[in-house]
Amino acid sequence: MINSSLKQFSQMLAKKEISSVELTQVFLNRIDSLNPNINAYIALDHAKTLAQAKAADARIAAGNVAPLTGIPIAQKDIFCAKGWQTTCGSKMLANFIAPYDAHVITQFDNVGAVNLGKTNMDEFAMGSSNETSYFGSVKNPWDFDRVPGGSSGGSAAAVAARLCAAATGTDTGGSIRQPASLCGFTGLKPTYGVVSRYGMIAFASSLDQAGPMAKSAEDCALMMNVMAGFDERDSTSLNREKEDYTRDLNKPLAGLKIGLPKEYFAEGLDASVGKVVMDAIAEYKKLGATIVDISLPNTGLSIPVYYVLAPAEASSNLSRYDGVRYGHRAAEYTDLNDMYSKTRAEGFGAEVKRRILIGTYVLSAGYYDAYYLKAQQIRRLIAQDFVEAFKQCDVIMGPAAPSTAFKAGEKVDDPVAMYLQDIYTISTNLAGLPGMSVPAGFSNGLPVGLQIIGNYFDEARMLNVAHQYQQVTDWHVQMPEGLA
Amino acid sequence: MEWEVVIGLETHTQLQTKTKIFSGASTAFGAEPNTQACEVSIALPGVLPVLNREAVNCAIKFGLAINAEIAPRSVFARKNYFYPDLPKGYQISQFELPVVGKGAVTIQVPAVGKNAAYEKVINITRAHLEEDAGKSVHGAVEGMSGIDLNRAGTPLLEIVTEPDMRSAAEAVAYAKKLHELVQWIGICDGNMQEGSFRCDVNVSVRPKGQKEFGTRREIKNLNSFKFMTQAIEYETRWQIETLEDGGTIQQATVLFNPDTGETRAMRSKEEANDYRYFPDPDLLPLEVTEADKARVKAQMPELPEAMKARFESEYGLTSYDAATLTASREVADYFMSTVEAGAEAKPAANWIMGVLSAKLNAEEKTIAQSPVSAVQLTSLLKRIADNTISNNAAKQVFEALWNNDGEVDAIIATKGLKQESDSGAIEAIIDEVLKANPAMVEEFKAGKEKAFNALVGQAMKASKGKANPAQVNEILKKKLS
Repeated sequence: MINSSLKQFSQMLAKKEISSVELTQVFLNRIDSLNPNINAYIALDHAKTLAQAKAADARIAAGNVAPLTGIPIAQKDIFCAKGWQTTCGSKMLANFIAPYDAHVITQFDNVGAVNLGKTNMDEFAMGSSNETSYFGSVKNPWDFDRVPGGSSGGSAAAVAARLCAAATGTDTGGSIRQPASLCGFTGLKPTYGVVSRYGMIAFASSLDQAGPMAKSAEDCALMMNVMAGFDERDSTSLNREKEDYTRDLNKPLAGLKIGLPKEYFAEGLDASVGKVVMDAIAEYKKLGATIVDISLPNTGLSIPVYYVLAPAEASSNLSRYDGVRYGHRAAEYTDLNDMYSKTRAEGFGAEVKRRILIGTYVLSAGYYDAYYLKAQQIRRLIAQDFVEAFKQCDVIMGPAAPSTAFKAGEKVDDPVAMYLQDIYTISTNLAGLPGMSVPAGFSNGLPVGLQIIGNYFDEARMLNVAHQYQQVTDWHVQMPEGLA
Repeated sequence: MEWEVVIGLETHTQLQTKTKIFSGASTAFGAEPNTQACEVSIALPGVLPVLNREAVNCAIKFGLAINAEIAPRSVFARKNYFYPDLPKGYQISQFELPVVGKGAVTIQVPAVGKNAAYEKVINITRAHLEEDAGKSVHGAVEGMSGIDLNRAGTPLLEIVTEPDMRSAAEAVAYAKKLHELVQWIGICDGNMQEGSFRCDVNVSVRPKGQKEFGTRREIKNLNSFKFMTQAIEYETRWQIETLEDGGTIQQATVLFNPDTGETRAMRSKEEANDYRYFPDPDLLPLEVTEADKARVKAQMPELPEAMKARFESEYGLTSYDAATLTASREVADYFMSTVEAGAEAKPAANWIMGVLSAKLNAEEKTIAQSPVSAVQLTSLLKRIADNTISNNAAKQVFEALWNNDGEVDAIIATKGLKQESDSGAIEAIIDEVLKANPAMVEEFKAGKEKAFNALVGQAMKASKGKANPAQVNEILKKKLS
């Protein structure tokens, strides 16, 4: 049953084959037995969760049902949820109980979904392996010696190990898609501005975007129907008409033009990952798609540009963690500056400090033009690459990550190697485009994700493209042995 | 050596919006600490700013009032620094692209000693929108510092001038003019005690005739015109003395101490913060369209300059009188009310600037607090115009109005102030006076003009002040010729 789709869960609930409390209890039991080992969740509150399930059952009994009513969802610990410990994976916020709900949390509450708990993540979403979390690393359910990817590593492991029906994630440079690739499930980063950032703890404001992490494209579409929509509390939220992301799922793909950027298949890509991706492309040809060779010439600049802009914004976004109003404060200090430096030295981990230092540096007088301004200029060039590419194709495909899940500890001392994990995903964040990772097969028993990049607001089409593939393949329903 | 002082001002005006610039929290002054601090004011994790368009309208109003360029697109930037009353660790401000560009205001510098009053144009460099910080509260709890975030996020318009002023008098005249203007157009309550209008003054000195500016020091947070005068005068003297003693001026931020009347350096330039400004990614660029400007313009009151010109052309007032009456919106409104109620403009202007203004000053009241309303003053002026009472009697009526002793005609009746305009009665009085003062008559006839005035005085006295002075003059002249 835990392998069911959201639609199936919803039907079971509607037919009263199972109650939301019972369904929630099934997942809580799995969490209680598996989470101590996997460490996907960092905050659990069974009483609160079951109270929500009970309320959902009342709602179902009253016939007031939405597609996700009563379905247990895992929430990345980056979203403020009233009354819940909300840490963003940091010691800095280890004692922080959010007094308000993020827009995304409110959206799930409004449809009567059940919050199973808060999932582990890289500290302040900075990392690609979930190893920067103050609450310990997360195990990849496919191989406990390996990382789940990051920063949404807890949500990724929870979806892969079926410790939730679906989960939320956020993606600043690949934090939904890279873990989706490494853990073998479907993840979508929407167009920037489609999901409100209100109440989502900021890492890099111009890049952060929340999205669904679920078993299938269809599940992602149902999640998007809840998460997306205009919110006046976020000035970058786009005021567009509400759309049904399931509307195009069943459209045939005949005539679809798939662009393959040569830069995504160049040096740095693990050959076995490349093979899985090309096998998936072959499958698309069978579905009637045609292949176009394209180029995204500035791809190589995306990582340097990202590691100027994201830390610049982060250095400012994280200034509010000063020990004055909430969160960690050093126990002893001699004066104000001492309190600031001790608080922040104790409260932040190494990767966060590294990025605050980089960000502070690139914004400093005398360096701003050479780093920040130049990076903004290149960012526009990268976006322009995609504008040109989409003149030739409908969607772009390639790998979501350059390799399968790597061993825990393998890259912790080599930040640049870690940063290269996001080489294929970062450009879409810089351009504000939507991107997906879809399970496409295995290499040495480890999942490989196919990335689908769409044009702005083309989420429904991307979900259609992914869904049609999932109708003729079964990679997305496979789950790690021993966890069934 | 002769020295010249060069002064530029940066003024923070709190905008009169109901809610904060980036959140829905109230901006009202004086509430219990932190009761007007919502999740955005506290800068909880995950919160985002949303621009209050009312604050933008205030900025547009100001731009229109000083004939400035209003940027069709301006950008909010983050000014990064750590301070306990700055909850986000950065202030949202505008840096490279402000909403209001170059403009100008004309100031009237009052006469001082043998120097006559004059007008001068002060150029405005820019005005930009930003949020205010909270306040640190010391001593509320023994040995601790508290933070009150009620003020955090209150909208400010920071108005920056060119270094165009050459004396403390000019700087204060500019500050007063700006203070009136922002109240006139209704964007700021002007309350300096509550910090709604605060000035930073940049002062430097140079040998007269030298082109290059001297090194400037910035006097922070002056919240009264008196302190501004004292601070600039002290600072100017200090800089001149320092240079004359062979010293140099270091660029610095200084504070004025009202108790000692001195300025003292807070921090030098070397310790100055690098604010690491960059565009705030949480806010879109601010767009102001022609339609936005037109909408705001339609709500604008007539501006002081336009009103002054109208007072001169329409009512024949002198430039000085028109400037005085338009120095504040309240005075202008009062004057306009008397004219609209049927008073003649010139006597109304004279009474407002003379008797009324003296009384208000003596009792430290503003014209809005005047116990004598514009309508009452108009009734009084009408009774002077139709010769019912003399100017002197009118002053008594005014006193009675001030003390709330009833309306004009009733006061005239009760006090018996009605002027005698019956020429027969006046003639009789004059005959009596001429008879009783033969010496004066002789003096007059001997060519002493002063004697005539003395006789008028006697006649007025005999009539108990009620005789119409013009008639007394006329009849007396006839009798003596």
